[in-house]
Amino acid sequence: MSMQKYIKDFPILKRKVNGKKLVYLDSAATSQKPFQVIKVITDFYTNHNANIHRALHTLSEEATIAYEQAREKVAAFINAESTEEIIFVRNTTEALNFASFGLRDIVKKDDKILTTTMEHHSNLIPWQQLAKMKKAKLDFVDFDKNGYLDMKMLDRKINDAKIVAVTQASNVLGTINPIKKIAEKTKQSGSIIVVDGAQSVPHMPVDVQELQIDMLAFSGHKMLGPTGIGVLYARKELLEKMQPVLFGSDMIKRVSLTYAEWNDLPYKFEYGTSHIAGAIGLGAAIDYLTQIGMNKVRQHDIELTRYALNKVGKIATIYGPKKAEDRSGLIAFNLTNIHPHDIAAVLNQDGIAIRSGHHCAMPLHEKLKISASARASFYLYNTKSEIDLLVKSLEKINKIFS
Amino acid sequence: MREEIYTELIMEHYKRPRNFGKISKPDTIYSDANPLCGDEIKVYVKFSGKKINEIKFTGHGCAISQASASMITEFVKGKNFEFVKNLSKDDVLKLLGIELSPMRLKCALLPLKAVKMAVYSHLSKDQK
Repeated sequence: MSMQKYIKDFPILKRKVNGKKLVYLDSAATSQKPFQVIKVITDFYTNHNANIHRALHTLSEEATIAYEQAREKVAAFINAESTEEIIFVRNTTEALNFASFGLRDIVKKDDKILTTTMEHHSNLIPWQQLAKMKKAKLDFVDFDKNGYLDMKMLDRKINDAKIVAVTQASNVLGTINPIKKIAEKTKQSGSIIVVDGAQSVPHMPVDVQELQIDMLAFSGHKMLGPTGIGVLYARKELLEKMQPVLFGSDMIKRVSLTYAEWNDLPYKFEYGTSHIAGAIGLGAAIDYLTQIGMNKVRQHDIELTRYALNKVGKIATIYGPKKAEDRSGLIAFNLTNIHPHDIAAVLNQDGIAIRSGHHCAMPLHEKLKISASARASFYLYNTKSEIDLLVKSLEKINKIFS
Repeated sequence: MREEIYTELIMEHYKRPRNFGKISKPDTIYSDANPLCGDEIKVYVKFSGKKINEIKFTGHGCAISQASASMITEFVKGKNFEFVKNLSKDDVLKLLGIELSPMRLKCALLPLKAVKMAVYSHLSKDQK
């Protein structure tokens, strides 16, 4: 496979777990890091470490340049119009909290916030809280038995919505939602579309202008970058109307004892000392992904998912769409009468890392009438032979527990 | 390297749990759940004086939680309040005969918590 040559870039994939070669199938939780990213972070702390935007000394200047270059890389990666639209945050969850609470002056009593029943808790609870705070209404679009969003229900509910918050790719069903279609509807109705890109931005080309997205949230650590760095993209005009959520240094321009004036974009939303090394590491991850090409990354996901749907589908119940093209690179599944924790524990004995539980999507699991599921997720460093190992272990588990 | 946790003993209790089911007229019922993994347990107890005369459980969960419920209910049957009160995490691990990571420990200890709470709730009823 064409991706094979990249595996050697990931030092952790050489390690053994319980005496077996590690098979890492938990990239939807967090991805592994290539040495190119690790090296850039080490180099920053070794040679350039200083605080940014403050001092006039050489190190601070180097750090500031590297940090702002990372912002340029992010802007180019999602095709934002300008770097002013790229806010560095800690992760997708923080980005979505900034999105919701940043809109607190825009959302009024009885306004409607529309989201879906397939959201990760991070794209549900901030809206629940905002709705509560502003006495606004929270409404939901369901998904059908094949894991697709009910577009008829969406059509019925979208017209009077002030905000539409939707995930681009479900972290359980794998469903890739028709963001462009939904965004076009929000343009007609004049609502704001907020997209959870945690599972999509790392895995496929995402162009915010082409998709007409107003706000996009994603994490660095799911796309080969370090933990603790994420991004909130928002159209400039929207960011200008939004309020900061956390207050303190870096986000202010002028301060008196009783008054503060917010800094220019994007700094208005970046409070305190940022995760400088993290942003620079994310920049390196973007370089790495760009050099491979996001179309190729996506193609590889589709191939692995198609293979897994076929192979794992023979022995397990897999949730979500049947077509690999409609899914991101993950499968959530259950074996009959075996708790996902037991599946994960036995797989771990074979060196295979998967996730078990409700994957921070309890309403989704409730709707599927299951308490938990097992999830195997893929990235560019995974192979079909690793899926074969997964299937072999799952067959063994079926035997142990029968 | 962690020791094998799916031992013959565990699997035997998981596949054929003792005391699984309901008691028709229990003196006390207690339900508990582990929201992280969705494990659920309901414990039914019938007392005779200070002794646990009959104990049963229903619910669902992973092999560790089910085996643990089976073993604990077997262990406390015929014992008195004091005995149940003094049961500890180590007693459960001794019964299971395995070592558990902190995450899996929660699965093993949910039944102990439910059994204790069932007994305590009966005690407090008695004192009223």
